[in-house]
Amino acid sequence: MPIARDNATLFAEGAVSTLRLIVYLVVAVAVMVLDHRGGYLARVRAFAGAVLVEPAYRLAALPADVARAARTAVVTQDTLARENRELREQLLLAQARLKRLDVLLVQNERLKALLDAQENLGLAVKFARLIDVDLDPFRHRIVLDAGAKQGVEVGQPVIDAQGVMGQVVQVLPNSSIVMLVTDPTHAIPVVIERTGLRTIAYGSGAIDRLELPNIPISADVRVGDRLMTSGLGGRFPAGFPVGEIVAASSSDSGMFTAAIAHPAAALDRSGEVLLLEDQPQPYGPPAPEPAPVRPSAEAGPPAPSREGAP
Amino acid sequence: MTRRVQNWLFGASLALAFLLQMVPLPDVMLAFKPWWIGLLLVYWAIETPERVGLGLAFGLGLTADVLTGELLGEQALRLVVLVFIVLRFRARLRFFPMWQQMLAVLALLLNDRVVAVMVRGFAGEAMPAWTFWIAPWTGALAWPLLFLLFDALRVRAKA
Repeated sequence: MPIARDNATLFAEGAVSTLRLIVYLVVAVAVMVLDHRGGYLARVRAFAGAVLVEPAYRLAALPADVARAARTAVVTQDTLARENRELREQLLLAQARLKRLDVLLVQNERLKALLDAQENLGLAVKFARLIDVDLDPFRHRIVLDAGAKQGVEVGQPVIDAQGVMGQVVQVLPNSSIVMLVTDPTHAIPVVIERTGLRTIAYGSGAIDRLELPNIPISADVRVGDRLMTSGLGGRFPAGFPVGEIVAASSSDSGMFTAAIAHPAAALDRSGEVLLLEDQPQPYGPPAPEPAPVRPSAEAGPPAPSREGAP
Repeated sequence: MTRRVQNWLFGASLALAFLLQMVPLPDVMLAFKPWWIGLLLVYWAIETPERVGLGLAFGLGLTADVLTGELLGEQALRLVVLVFIVLRFRARLRFFPMWQQMLAVLALLLNDRVVAVMVRGFAGEAMPAWTFWIAPWTGALAWPLLFLLFDALRVRAKA
């Protein structure tokens, strides 16, 4: 049969054989599966970080930096004056807010002292700048110019002046990669400020949309409701603005109310961000208290009961 | 001597493609950014197939994954598929008139997007937005420019 000859011409004609294709495809799939299971990419990237990845990022950001510098150099005085005035107004507003917050802070301190809480409200933050690099327009990642040497850790929340931006997912020696809250694989526990309803806001893949697909149908949700971090889950500290609800309707299945929210942080505009230093709460339930003095027979829930306290 | 110049052009063009891939653009233009690395490999595979093999595609893909990827091996797989198809049909692609080459490149890039969606689907990522499908079209539009530019550069390098 002419099969053998067919094969021969096939191999002779193309410089590339199907066998090699199959080998490479299998290797690629194996690498992907391994990486999916073990997360080797992060390790390879951290390893190659100082020599290859970071210089490449800086180099790629160079044109934008130069363009920005050029714009600053030739910008007219008129524009500068206007910008200056706007900034001053914003500063005034911010100071007014701060004054009000000061009062709240004092009040909070007093109440917390009353409650004998150990945590304080002082936020330890680290300032970082964006490196203007586009990793993939369909995955919402940004690159910051602070990394392991500056004390950044995986999981640190990232905020800007208006609200929560995302969290650090990978740390390189001098830069780090942040997943934004709008990434389709991101979810953040939130609480609706007005009603106190707890739910979860998922990224939608669009830079100006968060999705809240599973709010109970009986819940009171209105357009304009503000979302704050709830602090549950132990990743984001409580009380930071996340977004504002812009639409709420019954979900496709009719089982839930589905809402769309607009992120509070300027995800596509911020040039400087803050990295929160203190990890809010330890993950999981609080550690059980040391064994009670009075002997108790029942192996009840580990949470300390307050009933016995006077 | 010319050989060395050609090698230099080859390496520099690939390095430039990596940088171009990462250079930031205004938000509205992001979806229109062609897949430079893929386009350039298609060009080199058509013009100098002795230089571009599946191994090179695989290695470049891994590099791209380390630089910008989310899953190690994704772009390696996509580039291997792309280069394999080009090398297989090289004899025909080479003598196509420009508009047919554009169509072929469009088909190649669309096929690559399908492969990407499949890989990301298996990795558990959500289906990307519809703008995901714009880039192949701009890639096909960019093809004649890239082709003519590099042909001119290579002619100059030979002279």
